[in-house]
Amino acid sequence: MKLKQLESLLGDLQQFSNPKVELEQYPTGPHIASRLLYTAENSFGDVSNKVVADFGCGCGTLGAAAALLGAEQVLAFDIDTESLELASENAEELELDINFVQCDISNLVWRGQIVDTVVMNPPFGTRKKGVDMDFLCVALKVASQAVYSLHKTSTRDHVRRAALRDFNASSAEVLCELQFDVPQLYKFHKKKEVNIAVDLWRFVPKRNQGKVL
Amino acid sequence: MRLLTHNMLSSNIKGVTNGFPLGIEVEKVIEKQVDFNPDFLKNMLLKIEWKALVDASRSLGYAELPEEAPESSVIDSDDFLRKLHHALLELHLEEGALVCPQTGRKFPVNKGIPNMLLHEDEV
Ligand SMILES: C[S@@+](CC[C@H](N)C(=O)[O-])C[C@H]1O[C@@H](n2cnc3c(N)ncnc32)[C@H](O)[C@@H]1O
Repeated sequence: MKLKQLESLLGDLQQFSNPKVELEQYPTGPHIASRLLYTAENSFGDVSNKVVADFGCGCGTLGAAAALLGAEQVLAFDIDTESLELASENAEELELDINFVQCDISNLVWRGQIVDTVVMNPPFGTRKKGVDMDFLCVALKVASQAVYSLHKTSTRDHVRRAALRDFNASSAEVLCELQFDVPQLYKFHKKKEVNIAVDLWRFVPKRNQGKVL
Repeated sequence: MRLLTHNMLSSNIKGVTNGFPLGIEVEKVIEKQVDFNPDFLKNMLLKIEWKALVDASRSLGYAELPEEAPESSVIDSDDFLRKLHHALLELHLEEGALVCPQTGRKFPVNKGIPNMLLHEDEV
């Protein structure tokens, strides 16, 4: 599938109708979502025939993109019931088969590394401090192959240090810098749209196959 | 919920040291056909916990998987891989619960979605 085609399919998905501020529910736009998955597939081979997990799936854009690019199984996780309903409607609309789990990523316990690749747009941690790092920590435990994630550019040094030193990543690379439009969903945003710089990261976990995590 | 997901989830209640595998309470099981991909299945065999899959598939009413983890000679047989395919990917727990093996706490499964959220005093 071509990048343009992927982007256009993702553009038809429904987005949050009543976003919850405390959960940082803003959609990963089709532009960013399509590039993230397209790069993962075409530059690194981390999507087709793999088990891909979408952490904090929200509207389900990243998981849907993975399924469209040929992931063998897609698992999508969110803490919020309405997000999961929305994401499953979106999956149905595109006739995609996605496995949903309701959980708090911060305290999920997993056995082993069944998942190959994690893709995520975690909450940036502006409402609940450190939740972005919780997501990254868990993602690096469960993925056997790679983790793709978006983090604010202003946190770049911190993210790199935490990934390599504390979360057992063997590599941490910024693939590109993107502009993320956080629409004026929230009253405390004064401007119509807040444009923040985010990094698209690729992390490679160290192997720890078979261990109970 | 596919048994692939079941094979990966563990009870996450504070203080629980042996949270895997989760027991299964069945209210409704459904089957959905998916494409058969032998290479994918062979790769999954290296990652799944065999006994947990066998027991879980039996709870869902499917008793065709052998008790013992398959020998390498069996792995290439079409018959075996089709059974594995069915158990791992085509059976779904649509309604029911997952049960923590240590505490008996139930995690509900509704519309095929397991709810692993914890109460405040379980975190
Ligand atoms: C920035 S949004 C992700 C948007 C998503 N990628 C999409 O395409 O719409 C963050 C998501 O993480 C979820 N979330 C927030 N905290 C969470 C937690 N502790 N565990 C699991 N999900 C969480 C929110 O409900 C929200 O859907």
